[in-house]
Amino acid sequence: MNPLTGYLLLAALLFSIGLAGALTRRNAILVLIGIELMLNAANLNFIAFWRYGPNPEALTGVMFVLFAIAIAAAEAAVGLALIISIYRHYKTTNVNDVNELKG
Amino acid sequence: MTLAFAILAALIVVSAVAAMTLRNLVHCALCLAVAFIGLAGTYLQLGAQFVGLSQVLVYVGAVAILIVFAILLTRSGEPGPGRQFSATALMGVAIALAVFAVLGKVITSSAVAKRGVLPAPQTSVAQLGQKLMTDYILPLEVLALLLTAAMIGAVIIALKEKESAK
Repeated sequence: MNPLTGYLLLAALLFSIGLAGALTRRNAILVLIGIELMLNAANLNFIAFWRYGPNPEALTGVMFVLFAIAIAAAEAAVGLALIISIYRHYKTTNVNDVNELKG
Repeated sequence: MTLAFAILAALIVVSAVAAMTLRNLVHCALCLAVAFIGLAGTYLQLGAQFVGLSQVLVYVGAVAILIVFAILLTRSGEPGPGRQFSATALMGVAIALAVFAVLGKVITSSAVAKRGVLPAPQTSVAQLGQKLMTDYILPLEVLALLLTAAMIGAVIIALKEKESAK
């Protein structure tokens, strides 16, 4: 098997694990952890394509991942602040109980 | 497929599955940190040293700690009496399996699977810094602004609500 295929399959598996967690867990913090795993799977794809793709001197994949890591850090900070705010308001982090907008 | 890749892949997958299935949230956060360390090892193996070390600094050092603090502040470290998974958990797992099946099929049948392996690129951190300070200077500044805005926003969102606002 080609090394690139191995890395891409690992990233796909990691993405699916994160997606399964984000869809099935009831705690909002765990949903956020699942989203972080999916973001990391995308980063792994970028690095693998940079390493095994043509023209790696341009450093495009590495640059994209560096910017993605910084944006993911901002996303995690805002997401966790929202979860803390929701906990203060509803006294729960269970996403099923936060249903005031439900029709 | 080298042994190092197999070990790292097994570490990442096992700790990611553990992070998504364990009952105690603190254990989940620690497993997530292990998965991030495994990913950093994969980046180092692929020759992206700077990204691997930033991964350790940002994800293991900041995001995982932030998650632990959020668990502490929401007092959800101890698992509650109710179920940990939502009522439609089976559907979620089925969707994730379907996504993996489609991605796996596409990856194994694509043209990249037949591509020859190129030699490792000779890139240094100095080149990376030069690029960041020349070609990518505007995105870098925008990113700095975004990070500042996000941090101020996070503090304002997490501030205690005023009594009069209730």
